[in-house]
Amino acid sequence: MEVSAEARRIMVVALGKLYSSRTQRGGLRLHRSLLLTLVMKSARDIYHAAQTTAESMEEEQQEQQHSEVEMAAEASGVQELQGPSASLPHLAADADAQSGTGKQENTCLSGPPHHTRKRRGKATAEPDFLPCKKAKMEYGTAQQLLVSSVLVDYANCSSELGPSPSAVPLPTVIAAC
Amino acid sequence: MGEDTDATPTLNHHGFLPDHNYVTEADIISTVEFNHTGELLATGDKGGRVVIFQREPESKSDPFSQGEYNVYSTFQSHEPEFDYLKSLEIEEKINKIRWLPQQNAAHFLLSTNDKTIKLWKVSERDKRPEGYNLKDEEGRIKDISTVTSLQVPVLKPMDLMVEVSPRRVFANAHTYHINSISVNSDYETYMSADDLRINLWHLDITDRSFNIVDIKPANMEDLTEVITAAEFHPHHCNLFVYSSSKGTLRLCDMREAALCDKHSKLFEEPEDPCARSFFSEIISSVSDVKFSHSGRYLLTRDYLTAKVWDLNMESKPLETYQVHDYLRSKLCSLYENDCIFDKFECAWNGSDSVIMTGAYNNFFRMFDRNTKRDVTLEASRESSKPRAVLKPRRVCAAGGKRRKDDISVDSLDFTKKILHTAWHPNENIIAIAATNNLYIFQDKLNSEMH
Repeated sequence: MEVSAEARRIMVVALGKLYSSRTQRGGLRLHRSLLLTLVMKSARDIYHAAQTTAESMEEEQQEQQHSEVEMAAEASGVQELQGPSASLPHLAADADAQSGTGKQENTCLSGPPHHTRKRRGKATAEPDFLPCKKAKMEYGTAQQLLVSSVLVDYANCSSELGPSPSAVPLPTVIAAC
Repeated sequence: MGEDTDATPTLNHHGFLPDHNYVTEADIISTVEFNHTGELLATGDKGGRVVIFQREPESKSDPFSQGEYNVYSTFQSHEPEFDYLKSLEIEEKINKIRWLPQQNAAHFLLSTNDKTIKLWKVSERDKRPEGYNLKDEEGRIKDISTVTSLQVPVLKPMDLMVEVSPRRVFANAHTYHINSISVNSDYETYMSADDLRINLWHLDITDRSFNIVDIKPANMEDLTEVITAAEFHPHHCNLFVYSSSKGTLRLCDMREAALCDKHSKLFEEPEDPCARSFFSEIISSVSDVKFSHSGRYLLTRDYLTAKVWDLNMESKPLETYQVHDYLRSKLCSLYENDCIFDKFECAWNGSDSVIMTGAYNNFFRMFDRNTKRDVTLEASRESSKPRAVLKPRRVCAAGGKRRKDDISVDSLDFTKKILHTAWHPNENIIAIAATNNLYIFQDKLNSEMH
């Protein structure tokens, strides 16, 4: 989705700028950091809203497909196949749904299993903080790492990147100054 | 580093090679300010230096050399410092210069970097004492046995020497970066503003200041706006205004309370919901605020517009001028290349009838409030031969109908930005800072304000 991709790009750029401003001469610029945080917040809100819409649309599609397959399987009249074939799409649908919510959860959580608060060595840390140079980013994972690792490193915020816009840990980004 | 279009161009000594596009960063001009008579023009740069230009008196013998600005004095105002406690380097860049009204033969100005404000005395010396008894002409101590008679030293004329000395240093009062200073009309006090606080100083007292505005929240996580500029009213010594990153202006009255957190007036234009984008907050941040000379109006600049506000109307601006609306569709790329964070200043002419502000590609814009006409001009060496008349420029949309000399939006050079401009207090003379070059333009036809 256009909006979603743009929102993600804006967030990535904001994070990169926030990170590089830490090493800028003259110290952290509060005004600039605040503006970047606000941009990132609105991009993130729009991104999540777009994601939720996309996922709910996806689920609807899955259910539709599931019921179609079931009908087709019944129509085939082969009882032996009916069971497994009916269950397979069902399982598939379930798996998709689970992974869908799972993805969402991954997106939301800063993922303690994936990332600790301890600083990594420079060699490993760099790809996480800076915008990914790969042409395509892994859906969800890269964003999770980018968002979570910079924020955690930057301002010791708790992993509260929930789906609801009301949870706003992003302003903590500037608390460090 | 000055260039005057009405004289033979002076060389820029500071490392600008015309053939290559190389500019020493320390030479980038960061502030420009005329004094109250317009006789002196001060510039500050990123390297912490201040250069003062003086206007030559009009000469009857050579009518074309009347009123040119030449270098009067250069001095190092601020040096880079290091805050050991926070492990932060403090830049020497001069953020603002403000002149004090002249009260005797000497001139005084305030210059500030991110943390420290200094008061400088600029005085002339054109006589020196000669005929000391104990020292000879070169200053060596005389052998007492050779002194046979006493003489009274006399003052003899000498070549003019401009001496600049620091008279006061106002330090350690700001946690955040100072963005503005403003001298009060009482000529005794001034204020300095950083991102979250405004302090009031007495010009003679350096070891303490009074905090008059503090918008720092108890919890920094709740921070939503910062102070971006502040200025005293030109006539009412109790009033001042400060602008915020949210696009609001607050007029405060120091008579109401010691701490002016509560504003007397709040100037805010409601946001147009249709124009909302990712970057709405960034482009609505006010980068500069200036009172009109009359004190009746306020001029503000945000990323795309300049607005004139009437002090008596808080609900919306009186006039809105589009500076470069063609950039509205390019905000994403301007955000990526950092240009969207550029802070443009604005200026009034002496009669408050025309406003001026800078843009990209070394363009600057002037808007006549009465005729509603506007003009785009360019400050560049190519288009500014001495005594040449500036040609109005036009920016057209990409692929749109192009006239000769028009420039397309996509061809604009965003590294050439005019952030700092100043207008002579009485005459139609303007000073434009284009990166490391200073341009001074005079309107010979209409030299008086109307």
